[in-house]
Parts: sequence; C-alpha cells; structure tokens
Amino acid sequence: MTDEEDRRRKGDERRHPSEKDESAMPRRAHDSGRVRAAIRNELEEVAEDSAAKEARQGAKPAQEQVITLENISLAFEEPILENVSFDAKAGETVVVVGESGTGKSTILKLLLRLLIPDKGRVLIDGEDIVGLTFDDALKVRQKMGMVFQGAALFDSMTVYENVAYPLREHTDLLEDEIEARVREKLQFVDLEPDKVIDQMPSELSGGMKKRVGIARGLANNPEIMLYDEPTSGLDPLTTATITYLIIKLQRELGVTSIVVSHDIRSSFRMASKIVLLANRHVEFFGTPEEMTGSDDSYIREFLGGF
Amino acid sequence: MILEKFNDAAKRRVYSLQEFFVLAGKAIGFIFVKPFYAGDLFQQMDAIGVGSIGIVLLTGFFTGMVLALQSAVQLQTFGASDYIGRLIAGSMIRELGPVLAGLMVAGRVGSGIAAQLGSMRVTEQIDALNTLGTDPIKKLVTPRVLASLIMLPVLTVINDFVGILGGSIIAKFYLGKPASLYWRTVFEQILAGGFTLHYIPNDFIQGLAKPFVFGGIISLVACYHGLNTTGGTEGVGNATTRTVVTASILILVVDYFLTQIILVLFP
Repeated sequence: MTDEEDRRRKGDERRHPSEKDESAMPRRAHDSGRVRAAIRNELEEVAEDSAAKEARQGAKPAQEQVITLENISLAFEEPILENVSFDAKAGETVVVVGESGTGKSTILKLLLRLLIPDKGRVLIDGEDIVGLTFDDALKVRQKMGMVFQGAALFDSMTVYENVAYPLREHTDLLEDEIEARVREKLQFVDLEPDKVIDQMPSELSGGMKKRVGIARGLANNPEIMLYDEPTSGLDPLTTATITYLIIKLQRELGVTSIVVSHDIRSSFRMASKIVLLANRHVEFFGTPEEMTGSDDSYIREFLGGF
Repeated sequence: MILEKFNDAAKRRVYSLQEFFVLAGKAIGFIFVKPFYAGDLFQQMDAIGVGSIGIVLLTGFFTGMVLALQSAVQLQTFGASDYIGRLIAGSMIRELGPVLAGLMVAGRVGSGIAAQLGSMRVTEQIDALNTLGTDPIKKLVTPRVLASLIMLPVLTVINDFVGILGGSIIAKFYLGKPASLYWRTVFEQILAGGFTLHYIPNDFIQGLAKPFVFGGIISLVACYHGLNTTGGTEGVGNATTRTVVTASILILVVDYFLTQIILVLFP
C-alpha cells in the first residue's frame, strides 16, 4: 500500500467510522452471510435521519449548481422531451426515474453533448455547452465520468488498459503513476487489482464489468458522474453493492451525480433529489421524502408498492 | 403520397452520401493532426496487410495459372505463345492484381472492420470513446483508412508477383517455354519504355494507383457502415453485408473510370 492510499484510508476512517467494515462488502456471492450483514449495515446507514444528511450537505462550502437543464425540448421523428428543467448542486445525487421510453437516457446524452437540444440550455459549471464546437465539447466531457448500462468496456483491451485509457488520453502521467491510479480506482470499487488487472472484459461477470466501468469513469477524477441504469440486469446483492458504491462516491469524493434508473428502491437509497419524467416532461422534482409524501395520483401510482 | 415517399427516400440517400464524404474528409484530415495513434496504426497494418497475405497468395497464384492456361490456347492459334509473359504481366499488374486483391480484402477486411465497429456501436463503446474525450473517427477510422491505403498496394504487388509466377509454371510445363524467355517478356512488358523520374511506365501508375484508391474505398465504406449500425446484432450483420456489397461494386465501377482517366492522362 502506498503512503497516499494509507493516508486516504485513515482519512476515511476518521470521516466514516461506521464504514470501517467496507472490506466486508461482497466480493464473491458464496460468502452470503457476510454479504447480507454488510448490506444490512449499509441500508441502516443510508436510512440515517435526513436532518443529518442535510447538515452534511449544508457543510459544503458552495451550494452552487453544477448541472442545470433549462427548458429543454428535443424531438426526432416525434417529441422526446418537452420543456424539461432541473438542476443538481455540488455533491448532490439526482436520480432520473420514469417509465421506459420517456427519454431518461436522452438526458445523459444531452449532458455529454452527444445530442443537442432543439430548445433550451444545458449548463455545466455555469457554461452553456449547447453551442460548443466539437473540440470544446470533448474538453467539457473530461470533467465527467460516465457509466454505461452495459459498462461499454473496450473489449479489445484488458481491464488495466480500460481504466488507464482516459489517463493516457488526457494526461502526461508516467507509467507508474498511471498504474498507481488504476490500482487506486480498482480498489475504490472493491476489486482486487492483482486479480483483475490482466483480465479481458469478456472474462468478467456483469457486476464486475459495472465496477470496472465505474473505475474507468473515475480515473480522471471527474467532478461529475453520470450513470445509465447502473443496476439494471444485476442480481439483488450486486445491485446493493453498486448502489453502495454510488453512495460511497458521493460521500467520500463529493462527486455530483446524475443517475438514470428505473429501479425505484435503489434510487431512493442514493438520491438527494429525484426527477420523475412522464409524458415527455418533468412530473416531479424534489427530495425522496417529498416524493413519498406527495398526494399526486400519478406519483402514487408510479411508486406503487414501494 | 408516392411522390412524397420517393422524395424522402431520395433525401435520405443524399444525406447519407453527404455523411459519407464528411467521414472521409475527417478521417483523411486527421492523418495530419495530433495525437497520432501509432499503436493502432501498426495493429491495423498487421491485421489488414499481414493477415490478408494468405488469401492474396492463393488467389493471385491460381488466377495467374488459369489466365496462362486460357491464353495459351488462344496464343498458340496465332503462333504468338512466346509473348505469354507479356500478356500475363500486363493483365495481372494493370487489372487482375488490383481488382482481385481489392475484392478479397473487401470480403475479408471490410467485413471485419464493419462488424467490429458495428458491435462497438451497439454496445455503446463508441459513445464511451466520445465520453472519454476521444474522437472515434480519429481513434478508429483514421488508423484503419491509413493502414488500408498503405497495405493494399503492398498486397497488390505480392498478388501480381505470385500471379506472374503461376503463369510461368504453365508456360514452362504446358507450353514448354523456357523460364528465361518468359521472364524476359515479363520485364519487357513492365520496363519496355525505361523508368525515369520523367517517364513512369503505365503499368506502375495503374498497378499502384488503383489499389491505393481501392484501399480507401474499402476502409471508408466499412467504417461508415460500422459506425452507423443500428438495431443490435441484426444491425451488425446488415452493416457487414452492405459493406461487402457496396465496396465490391464500387471497386469494379471505379476501376473502369480510373483506367479511363489514367489512359487519358498518361497515354
């Protein structure tokens, strides 16, 4: 373990004494007793009272908006989004939920400027990215880490090369610095670097792919993380692990996150705010507590048995 | 109603043609812009060039032999069988070498490129590249295009050589012509007018310009169809088929016009 990692870990323990047992998070499903205990711990921790949550967020120096969508409208053959607005402040996790086909993933593409809205503004750190040139858009994207639904690891490269990719592309780091960073990020997502580093993506399980995808998104130390259906297609235990990771990222690194999900249960665990998309527009935007307290019939129906 | 549909279809065609030329312009422009992905270039040169040597050797050799066999019969009727080397060299270098190498590479490499980029598109790897701040055209298309531009002429020269070699076997064992006579007529065909900076023999111009153009056609058509894949694994299959069909037809059509142009420019 390097000095830096050592310091980081000690720092973690100071900030989150209850998370000391993070090594107990699931690595292999066979240890199911320990896994269940770990998830229970995690859930209890997540369920801490919202006052403490707000206090923690309030302690952040700046509560400025990192991401803002303003009156976004977009149509291809038919309208996809109409007059959609919401924002995410520094360190917040905003979860976008909604039925399938309501344009949830489109929002991530707009934030990455892979798509340009017909109307409205997309602000990242106060800068309108809609009118940027292709090259400037590439620069803005470096502030963001994106985790794709199917992980989208480059299947011609090893895990190591995948995580190192953004570093090789955009930094002048030396090879041993890159290796240290790759190992650090893999450890952060609870993977053992020595075991996975030389594996090809096709040799990994779904959950491991997701974690490597998160490690790659984190490699450049982005201030914004975007997740497209991070828990879809995963078993309940792995879903809990990934949810835990997203929460850990927000707490330890203060990353601002936008998560697109249809998994309402894990969304409630990680969200600072929830955006509910329905019929191409924002049906609801607020905290999970406000959402559960709402009398709106669509919201009640959407939450269903939750 | 029908007119409207026709109008839409025509618009889509023009639009995709425009997209193709934008892609081609960018891919070729990026050859001269940093960062250079040298590793990817060498990997592609290996895959496209070295990987295709086997099929090029086989097709070239048998084409040369069958060409010699067919022409031997004809030439014997006119008592001109001494010139079989000239005939084989001329046909192989100007036409058969470039076109056959092009068609074989279109089938082998073009389909491979389209399938690879197509699967990268449907598994969001192209989006991932974009997200990680890399231009996919620069990272994926430019190395493939450049590698094809370099390797196809090389493959064609190999194809020409083994074709002429195959012809020499027929000349020796079927026609009973001595190898020295055969090879002398081959060189007469290629270098009859000499070779200086001011006078480059037509065989060289046709024999090298054509595969260079074909290399560009194959790689660009493959990358275009690959990057524009939609509709999951079925889409990947469609992209592959379209690539091979389009590239093969384009090679044959462009071959005619290129020959015409070169014959006018370098009589």
